[in-house]
Amino acid sequence: MADSHATTLEPEAHNPALLHHFADAQQQKNAASLGMWLFLVTEIMFFGGMFCAYLVYRLAHFNAFAAASQQLSIKLGAFNTAVLLVSSLTVVLAVKAAEAGNRKQLVTYLVITVLLGLTFLVVKGFEYAEKFERHHVPGPTFSFTDTFDDGSQKIPVNPNEAQLYFSLYFAMTGMHALHMIIGCGLFTVLAVFAWKGHYSPGYFTPIENAGLYWHLVDIIWIYLFPLLYLISRHR
Amino acid sequence: MSEHATSSRKFYVGIGMSLLVLTSVTVFAAFVNLGPFNPVVALLIATIKATLVVLFFMHVKGASEKLTAAVLVSGFFFLAILLSLALADYLTRAWR
Amino acid sequence: MASAAIPANQTPKTNYLTNGYGLKSWLLTTDHKRIAVLYLISVTVFFFLGGFFAMLIRLELLTPQGDLMQADSYNKVFTMHGMIMVFFFLIPVVPAVLGNFLVPIMIGAKDLAFPRINLLSWYLYIIAGTLFLHCMLIGGVDTGWTFYTPYSTVGSNTNVVEAGLAVFIAGFSSIFTGLNFIVTIHRMRAPGLTWDRLPLFIWANYATSIIMVLGTPVVAITIVLVAVERLFHLGIFDPKLGGDPLLFQHLFWFYSHPAVYIMILPSMGVVSELITCFSRKRIFGYKFIALSSVAIAVLGFLVWAHHMFVAGISLYAAMIFSFLTFFIGVPSAIKVFNWTATLYRGSISYATPMLYAFGFIGLFTIGGLTGLFLATLGIDVHVTDTYFVVAHFHYVMVGGVLMGYLGGMHFWWPKISGRMYPEGWAKLSALLVFVGFNLTFFPQFILGYVGMPRRYWQYPDEFQVLNVLSTAGSSVLAVGYLLPMIYFLWSLRYGPIAEANPWNAAGLEWQTTSPPPTFNFDETPVVTWEAYNYDEIAPKELEAPVGR
Repeated sequence: MADSHATTLEPEAHNPALLHHFADAQQQKNAASLGMWLFLVTEIMFFGGMFCAYLVYRLAHFNAFAAASQQLSIKLGAFNTAVLLVSSLTVVLAVKAAEAGNRKQLVTYLVITVLLGLTFLVVKGFEYAEKFERHHVPGPTFSFTDTFDDGSQKIPVNPNEAQLYFSLYFAMTGMHALHMIIGCGLFTVLAVFAWKGHYSPGYFTPIENAGLYWHLVDIIWIYLFPLLYLISRHR
Repeated sequence: MSEHATSSRKFYVGIGMSLLVLTSVTVFAAFVNLGPFNPVVALLIATIKATLVVLFFMHVKGASEKLTAAVLVSGFFFLAILLSLALADYLTRAWR
Repeated sequence: MASAAIPANQTPKTNYLTNGYGLKSWLLTTDHKRIAVLYLISVTVFFFLGGFFAMLIRLELLTPQGDLMQADSYNKVFTMHGMIMVFFFLIPVVPAVLGNFLVPIMIGAKDLAFPRINLLSWYLYIIAGTLFLHCMLIGGVDTGWTFYTPYSTVGSNTNVVEAGLAVFIAGFSSIFTGLNFIVTIHRMRAPGLTWDRLPLFIWANYATSIIMVLGTPVVAITIVLVAVERLFHLGIFDPKLGGDPLLFQHLFWFYSHPAVYIMILPSMGVVSELITCFSRKRIFGYKFIALSSVAIAVLGFLVWAHHMFVAGISLYAAMIFSFLTFFIGVPSAIKVFNWTATLYRGSISYATPMLYAFGFIGLFTIGGLTGLFLATLGIDVHVTDTYFVVAHFHYVMVGGVLMGYLGGMHFWWPKISGRMYPEGWAKLSALLVFVGFNLTFFPQFILGYVGMPRRYWQYPDEFQVLNVLSTAGSSVLAVGYLLPMIYFLWSLRYGPIAEANPWNAAGLEWQTTSPPPTFNFDETPVVTWEAYNYDEIAPKELEAPVGR
């Protein structure tokens, strides 16, 4: 708190980003940060409803969930996980660049982040396409003939229960992908603003907050990956 | 915020590398038969990864006040209430 | 802390109402007080719309035969009544109108932390409301306000998706309001205004905001899942396709039970302000009332399945939820006892706001105690889905929330409008509301207890006497609600000009002019006193600023 007053003398006179109803830049920054964290909590609860549905149905229909999960490609899932984790790294490096006032680095990292996000979405698109080809998309054309191998025998699976898995798969990954699209759009805008020099070491709250959002989307995927892709793979 | 809000680039890359390593560990562990502990291990690794992201990428460790941590923890706490009390019903139904 | 002080050329002074007159100055405003007025207008429209449907219900139930409308129309009418009243009136009413107006002023801030998000909240509310009106005009929806599956996903052939979308958007309006309040209360308090000096209305809104932020997203995703299931014929909740309709109920009530506390907590905050002012006393047990609000917000998340005792949850879960539900009675009772203790040896005056506060305490107590009946498994099995439940939640929602809201509206009307309302008419309408309310809803306790189920358009002849009483009461109640609207509007032009502090009340909002200037205070106040220091305010000394 104290050192901010030392670095920004007369914040009201010098900082064009300071809104009138805040006493100083520090208060504004703290407010924006708390607001962002609360928003992240709403995101946790938003996805939480789906995690609850997932948990309940996985316990109720374990065989079908395992059999359906094994239709996903671990390679693509793990690749996408890695892509997202690296993008989280580039985001935090972008924040660091913004704090250091290094405009070129900031723009570079933001652009890399967007590219990594798009890579994730393209891979996801290929995965979805494969689901359409194999009639694993819930709805009237859904069909599921695979079995669950419990180690000694192959147990047939109720297609309705497998469809439930894929409903949740599409709902959760779809909602996650929607958040990724929003994040990519956000970072594109921020990259343009950064290029124009809107941010300074004294003011880069939008970069920080967009970063927090991106990290949370990453965290949700960190849980989605084992829950959706890695059910009973050792059989 | 003070000038020490972010750490060195080397440190961030280190965290990023550990996240990637943990991802391979979780894939590897999924193919080992641990009985009922497979999902437990998977979720444990996921939680370690999430904690790393929260503490170091989202700068909750070293934040100037406890409020951000409290906000985040409350989110997970109420999610835990939703899951556990819903399970209190589903796991104890007599007709399942 | 330096503040941008407005220069002291105060005569003639502009206030927030005279700062721009065009439509644009209202529709694009970021002033929390103007947004509160926008909310006041829109919420009132929805209240009377919901009230209109309530009157249709009561008219239909005047006679046992069901001769006013068909069963299908009746289903739509009670659904419309419920959805409008819950999502478009009760949830936003106190936080979005009184809270929006008062939270920044009470903590000595110039505005909420995010004024543009505040305006966005109102627009989201309006978009949701318009969608809902459209849904109503093209035929309405008949699932009940609870959207229970599988009826809402495979049974009903009404406009479920559009109504769901409206509720979804209204939910985000309320999330943003809650988020704004939490940040504002944490970050924007005036120097010296510590947490233990905050007015209890602020504590109540803080607790409410916690629920809004934590609960609303869950119902949002649940409604999305219902819409997706309905549109694409998936089996997320459909038992035929492996789903579980009870999961919908779990997710729905995880929000919708705490939502009850979103409605009642702010009104409780209002009552704390009224009781202290009109008994000229410090509040009894400040810390207990403040923390009981937070306790209600947290405990409120632990009790939801008491709505599902007979729906098929496990006996073990039913016992846990029944047990937990009793705990919610503790913080609620703490509040009631502390209000009563505050009255003890106070110099009580019977101004209109105080009449509403008295009404609140009595009616909320009845509503709360009957809630404990319903929390008891054995009794709930007997009276579930009867008029006993209907009477119970109307005692809390109407007898509680609305009494608190009207009390608050009368109390702060001089601050909002700069005019006094006519006291005689106001007392009459407070009396009408109280009498009409009890006449409407008390018979419903008896009706439910003797077995009249809710949501039916016909009933056996022996229930008629009590139903006629209830319908008669509802018309008295309607007059009681119409009167304030008329005399508030009248007072805008003809009411006596209000002083800055007509009640000689404590609280920062009374230290600024009525109506307040756009940035609330000429100079950021510095707080050196506790809330409700009525023993330091001389009753007649109207001009003296409090504290310094």
